[in-house]
Amino acid sequence: MSSPSPSTQRDISQNDVVLAAESIRKVFPGTTALDRVNFNVYRGKVNVLVGENGAGKSTLMKILAGVELPTSGRLLMDGHEVTFRNTREASKAGVGIIYQELNLFPNLNIAENIFAGREITRIDVVDHGAQEKLARKILDRLEQPLSPRTLVSDLRMGQQQIVEIAKALSQNVRVLIMDEPTSALTAAETEALFQIIADLKAHGVAIVYISHKLEELLRIGDHITVLRDGKFAAEAPAADVDITWIIEKMVGRTVRTPSRAHGAVKHSGKELLKVHDLTLPREGKGFTLRRVSFSLYEGEILAIYGLMGAGRTELFECLMGLHAEATGEITLAGKVLRREPIFDRIASGITLVPEDRQRLGLVQQLSVAQNITLASLRHYLRSFWISDREEHDAVTRMIKELAIKVRSPQQPITSLSGGNQQKVVVAKSLLTRPKVLLLDEPTRGIDVGAKAEIFQIINRLANEGLGILFVSSELPEVLAIPDRVLVLSRGRVTGAFDHSEATEELLVRASSAHRQTDLLGVEETGIRDHLTPGMHN
Amino acid sequence: MTTALSPSAESASVSRLTIGVFLFRLRAFIALLILMGIFTLLTRSFFTTENLIILVGQTAINAIMAVGMTFVILTGGIDLSVGSTVGLAAMVSGLLIDRGLELPMFGIVVYFNVPAIIVLVLCLGILVGAFNGLLVTRFNVAPFIATLGTLYVARGLAQLSNGGATFPNLVGNPGLGNTGFPILGAGTILGIPIVIWIMILFTALGWFVAGKTPFGRQVYAVGGNERAAELSGIYVQRIKMAVYMICGMCAAMTGLVTASQLVAAHPATGESYELNAIAAVVLGGTSLAGGRGTIWGTLIGALVIGVLTNGLVLLGVQEFWKKVITGLVIILAVVLDQLQARLQQRLALKRG
Repeated sequence: MSSPSPSTQRDISQNDVVLAAESIRKVFPGTTALDRVNFNVYRGKVNVLVGENGAGKSTLMKILAGVELPTSGRLLMDGHEVTFRNTREASKAGVGIIYQELNLFPNLNIAENIFAGREITRIDVVDHGAQEKLARKILDRLEQPLSPRTLVSDLRMGQQQIVEIAKALSQNVRVLIMDEPTSALTAAETEALFQIIADLKAHGVAIVYISHKLEELLRIGDHITVLRDGKFAAEAPAADVDITWIIEKMVGRTVRTPSRAHGAVKHSGKELLKVHDLTLPREGKGFTLRRVSFSLYEGEILAIYGLMGAGRTELFECLMGLHAEATGEITLAGKVLRREPIFDRIASGITLVPEDRQRLGLVQQLSVAQNITLASLRHYLRSFWISDREEHDAVTRMIKELAIKVRSPQQPITSLSGGNQQKVVVAKSLLTRPKVLLLDEPTRGIDVGAKAEIFQIINRLANEGLGILFVSSELPEVLAIPDRVLVLSRGRVTGAFDHSEATEELLVRASSAHRQTDLLGVEETGIRDHLTPGMHN
Repeated sequence: MTTALSPSAESASVSRLTIGVFLFRLRAFIALLILMGIFTLLTRSFFTTENLIILVGQTAINAIMAVGMTFVILTGGIDLSVGSTVGLAAMVSGLLIDRGLELPMFGIVVYFNVPAIIVLVLCLGILVGAFNGLLVTRFNVAPFIATLGTLYVARGLAQLSNGGATFPNLVGNPGLGNTGFPILGAGTILGIPIVIWIMILFTALGWFVAGKTPFGRQVYAVGGNERAAELSGIYVQRIKMAVYMICGMCAAMTGLVTASQLVAAHPATGESYELNAIAAVVLGGTSLAGGRGTIWGTLIGALVIGVLTNGLVLLGVQEFWKKVITGLVIILAVVLDQLQARLQQRLALKRG
């Protein structure tokens, strides 16, 4: 399917463009998040912004909403250049934003939330009456029979979203940015939201709509803009395109993840890691992990697939000993793990490359070299101090083995690109001489080339006999790399597939299953199910 | 390239930035040299051997404490109790020399010799630090509050130890075998006061521990990113515990030296010393947020404060103005610290 070129597109509907981003560039230390991106927001239309993780969607969205300033490039509102130094300036110009994580005060009521920060006052005192009257008017327009005095904490997710929309409308919004608005909504709530979006369109409000759900985008989108690796990839009217086109533009080429020779090592190696009935209670009620059991063998790559909140990261945290309240049995290389602190778990051969590099993986103040050796300092001891030579040898070896691009091992870690920072975290883990390597979303936020390199490294390590467990929410990765795939949904294992039998459809179905019985028809109940009602919500 | 800079202009601006960052790093040292130059020009008595020895001796009291404080601040903590610990250590050393250790259950009084007293008092300092550490690690009290509490407790104990009175004339009794305490404060080795040797020893040890041992590296890691440190298998709580204990020991050493110099222990010894120690650490370029800083920097920071105090006295500047000037210098140091951070980020951006 072909698309009209962006330039002709712009000529046709120039007058309808309410907000235009031209040649936007945004540079962060180590990465270029946006590289000369153009984006048109059309009046009274749903303008979809789509791209893979790390493609630059959220950065662009933040620039439009005044959260970030672009490094270069300009914004045009009705053809006039504008600068949004903060969200206040953006909302004054009529640009509103609704984040995926809603920004409401649960302890305040609807009216107070709508007017938070710009209260209607009479002689410097908040005029609650006037606020509530106005709030009611907006809620009526949205056809919501809610009292403005209802506490936000008493509202359902979908209703809270509507409060956010009401807040934007109260500021005479002309461009409304919605980031993954349906990710926490039920099907009925989603329908209601689409109704409201249609109504807003009819009133001339332009919507910028960001979502990962491609079917949804095609259903409500009017114009689709695809970003890839921080660059503008394509723009087209939604009517002219289909899902295949979107994916093609998002990915840029056909599946590029390297695959490996499967079946060679599977199950023939010895069992490295055995997890039996691992259960992690959730604060309050229910479970984050529920009787999770699986095994990992020498030289095996096992992927864990699941949606956000399925318990993937928590599973890794339990394996590292971060949750004292977890129950169940973890056996590592024949040894049952008790309540050891992380240090002992690492010493016995299990190590984690966390999902959030910046927050959990790196110490920003330390150099590249110091980050690489941080977890394995005891290996370079000469009596009780660190031997410079041995440390240096280890660092040079890792930099070479993982092809980390550095000018000098002493340079600050923050000056590296995302992919190279990730390699540093991997290097840190490898120097602890692990038997089992846990990788949590190892390719998040790194460019395509670095992704392929990371997978080459993973393949090599598995061939050397390591057991590798990796969490990913990207289907192509999960289908191409691992020997087996385990699917988690709401803290339960809802599927386990060999490489040969895993398909996109099976994985997606398993990842949205509520319990194993839904999928496999196996009855699986525990005593605690009866003791703790309502845990499956 | 969307920027207007040509590649060569860009690299030139990078190297200019690099030099800028380098000079910024050395700013405490440069400030020290400038201050010394000014005072040498303005007064005849500043740059003399006698005055410099006095100056460094005065600095040593603060520097010894500041070495311990550096470790605490490197982990992102703070210790407000060091001044009181100095007082408590001084009073306990006075008590042990003057009265000995009474053991009522045996009906005897034990008198220790001076080396034993030094060891006991240092242990006391470590104990105070352990108390702080326990509050911070076990009970999750914010370091500022935990050590503020200890500040009061330790000062109160110092006053209780002799009913608020001074232990005078701590020369010891030859019959009891506990003479020699004043040597610590007044003695010299190779013509240099023992106090200065102690400062050199503590600074060198501090530099070695912070820069060369796994413990030191882990201190930086904990201060830089606690969660990442934990996931790297670092016992975050143990590291924090240890830095407060080190800090308590350094404070106790200062207490011993001070009491020895005065040949008396006064319960108000070391009041507000914690602020001098923090000032020295900050002047030395250590970030209060943790993770960045050096022991050498702290030594230079202490010297800057020492030179400033000494020089202003020689110039006959009024005591009150001295405080104003010292305060402004500290503020300037922190402002420059922020500038350095911004400069480094710009550098990282240009290179990225």
